[in-house]
This record gives sequence, C-alpha cells and structure tokens, in this order.
Amino acid sequence: MAKEVKLFGMWASPFSRRVELALKLKGIPYEYIEEDLSNKGPSLLKYNPIHKKVPLLVHEEKPVAESLVILEYLDETWKHNPILPQDPYERAMARFWGKFIDEKLLPTSAKVGLSKGKEEQEQAMEEVHDQLKILENELKGKEFFSGNSIGYLDVVANILFWFRTEEEVGGLKVLSTEKFPMICEWIEKLIKIDVVNECRIPKEKYDDYVKLRQKASKSASS
Amino acid sequence: MSEEVKVFGAWGSPFSRRVELALRLKGVQYEYIEEDIFNNKSPLLLKYNPVHKKVPVLLHNGKPIAESLVILEYIEETWKSNPILPEDPYDKAMARFWAKFLDDKCLPALWKAGWSPENEREKAVEEACECLKTLEGALNGKRFFGGATVGLVDIAANFIAHWLGIIQEATGHELLSAEKFPHLFKWTDEFVSCSIVKESLPPRDKLLAFFKDRIAGAMDAPTEASK
Repeated sequence: MAKEVKLFGMWASPFSRRVELALKLKGIPYEYIEEDLSNKGPSLLKYNPIHKKVPLLVHEEKPVAESLVILEYLDETWKHNPILPQDPYERAMARFWGKFIDEKLLPTSAKVGLSKGKEEQEQAMEEVHDQLKILENELKGKEFFSGNSIGYLDVVANILFWFRTEEEVGGLKVLSTEKFPMICEWIEKLIKIDVVNECRIPKEKYDDYVKLRQKASKSASS
Repeated sequence: MSEEVKVFGAWGSPFSRRVELALRLKGVQYEYIEEDIFNNKSPLLLKYNPVHKKVPVLLHNGKPIAESLVILEYIEETWKSNPILPEDPYDKAMARFWAKFLDDKCLPALWKAGWSPENEREKAVEEACECLKTLEGALNGKRFFGGATVGLVDIAANFIAHWLGIIQEATGHELLSAEKFPHLFKWTDEFVSCSIVKESLPPRDKLLAFFKDRIAGAMDAPTEASK
C-alpha cells in the first residue's frame, strides 16, 4: 500500500513523539517535517487551522490532528501490528487511561513547573504523586501497561520519559524508584527498545530542552 | 442473551445523558440509577469509578466503564445496530477530533461565558463565540454533524442543543443566536426534535429552576460530575 504519510512534529514534544513511536511500531513509512514552534510553517497552519499544533499527520493529503485521535486512525488504517487491544472492554480501559494521562497527570505536572513558592510546589508535587500512584497500580502484574507487549497505553505513557528527563537535567525529582518502582522499571524496560529510544529526547539535546522549558515557563507566567 | 446493562447517572448531567441517548439510539435496554452527585454519591459509584468518582458510569455484565466519550465508543463497538460512528477511518478520526474539541475547548468556554463575572465576561464570550463559529464551520450545511443521522459528535454536542439555551434564559446572556450561527442554531432544533433525543433530555423547566437557583453562587466548570 504505497500511500503518502507525512508527520509534522517537534523533537521535544511527547505528543509528537507518540505518533512517531506508533508509526515505527507499526512499520509505517513516513516523511517527517520538523516544525519550529516559534515560527510555524504555512503547511502546518493550513492543515491544522483550529489548533495550529503538532503533531499533525497528513495521509494522502488529508490531515489528522490530536495525538490520541491520530493513534486510533493509524490502527484503523494499517491493520498489522495493532497497538490497541481487540476486545471492546480492554479498548475502553486503554482509552480511559490514555485520557487520565493527558487530562489529569499532564496538567497536574505542568502545575509543578508553574508553581510560585515552595508551598505551592509541594502541593502540586503531592497531586502528581497521587496520580502517579494510581498509574503505578495499573502496572501491577503486567509486563507493560498494555499487557505482555507494548501497546497504545505504553505509547501514550511516554510522557513518563519526560518526567525522567527533567530529573536528569537537574530538575525536580518526580519519579523516585522507592515511591514508583514499577513505573521506573517500566521506563528502563522501554528505553532499551530501539524504536522507543529513538522517540525520546536524546541526551545531547538535554541542554536545548532545558532552554525550551525555561522559555515556556517565562511566557506562561507573563 | 440477557445482558446486564446499568447506567449510573445524574438527571441534569449532559455527560450522563449522552450515554443514555446512545443506548436508546441502539435499542439497548438498561437499568438507570440516579446518583445524588452533589451531596451523596453512592458506595457503588465510588467502587465503580474510584479514579474520578463521577457519573456517568456504564456497567456491562459487571464491568464498569467511566468517561462519557470512552463509554460511547464502547457502546458503538459492542452493539452494532444504528452506528454512531462512520465506517471510514478518516471520517471516524474527524468525528473523534470534533468530540474532543467539544469537551476540551467548547464546553468549558461556553460554561465560562455563561457564568463569568461582569469584568471577565467580554473575553469569555469572545472565546465561546470562536468555538461556536468553529462548530458552525464543522457542520458545513449538514443536517447533523453525523450527516443524515445523529452521530457521536451530535451526541457529544448535546449540551449546546439543550443546556445552553436554558442557561441563556437563566442568565439573560445570549451566546448562540440564529443570526450569528444560523446552521448551528438550526441544528439544535433538528437534534432536539428527534423523538429518541427528546426522550433522553432532562425536563426544561426543571433545569431552568436548577440554574436559577444556583445563579448567585459560584459554580465550577462542568466536568463529568458537576451537572
């Protein structure tokens, strides 16, 4: 099926990297276009006029936006190497947890970065930890979030690598092995897999990432 | 095959009503359990949705599912009659995109605009109108977002078809007018006129009284629980 697939993405965006990871896991060839978020290209704005964001998948000239929507589209269009389970109930669970990560964990962890003062930061951290505990629980008795092999929820949970990155660049310690042994073990397992490792921020780009985060928090608080 | 289908909901919640509508559209029999979401959530609800502790929850053969859009997709995949999603993967992706847009951007903006204090209202209304304008464009002259028949996006937009007008009446502030958004306005009529939809909407006067009662107090944005 020689169809044209383009991905507009950004190297430091976990949402963008999710889609890349799914494409790689499913063995779908694609052309990658790196977007400078401070200077978005006309193609991106034309294809995603409503949100003007990455990631944006363009398949046969038709654009699909929103990473979770894109993941489902990939699974339905390319049937091999499915990332979502077949059973409707298990699919519902995968979607539920995907939503939890994006709608609860992410905004809560963003609050940590935007906190002013120690007390506010500690409170935000506590909220993050409560939510991480819930996620940790989901790994009980499982090799991966999706069961015996990597799937949709592992792809969506990629933001946990970003939590780890924050620590490695001297940021806040969100994920300790004492508190979250299973999540930490899951991260270790995953980053040993080549395609997964290709889809996260490489060590040599950590400084660039820190600069980006600083710029983002400055503009968020201005 | 006797199946056990239960819905834990709240009479005034658009999210809860979405689930009921989808089940009705597909002719699925279910038992409805009304939750007192403001004062006294039942132990069963808390057991079946420990993460969010909210309605709606669908219970199918003892297995619980929370989050209305997740439930709608489950309903679609489990009961195949009267599909609410298109077959084509791209059209399906578009439907999911719009449903997400409604929940992530549109509904919060509309709610905020409805209840903003005077000094914040202008900006809130502007944002809400941007969302409505986008939806007007998405409708693109069709009878329903789903095309010829009610689909996932129409169901997800139920708040706009019914609740919004009632809030407008309660607050005296108009957001969705026929002049500004003719297609969307017409859609609200088409949607609530469907008999199955009508049956699955909370009574207008009861909702109006509810909003009027709470008009003075501060209200949080609508999430799965609060309405």
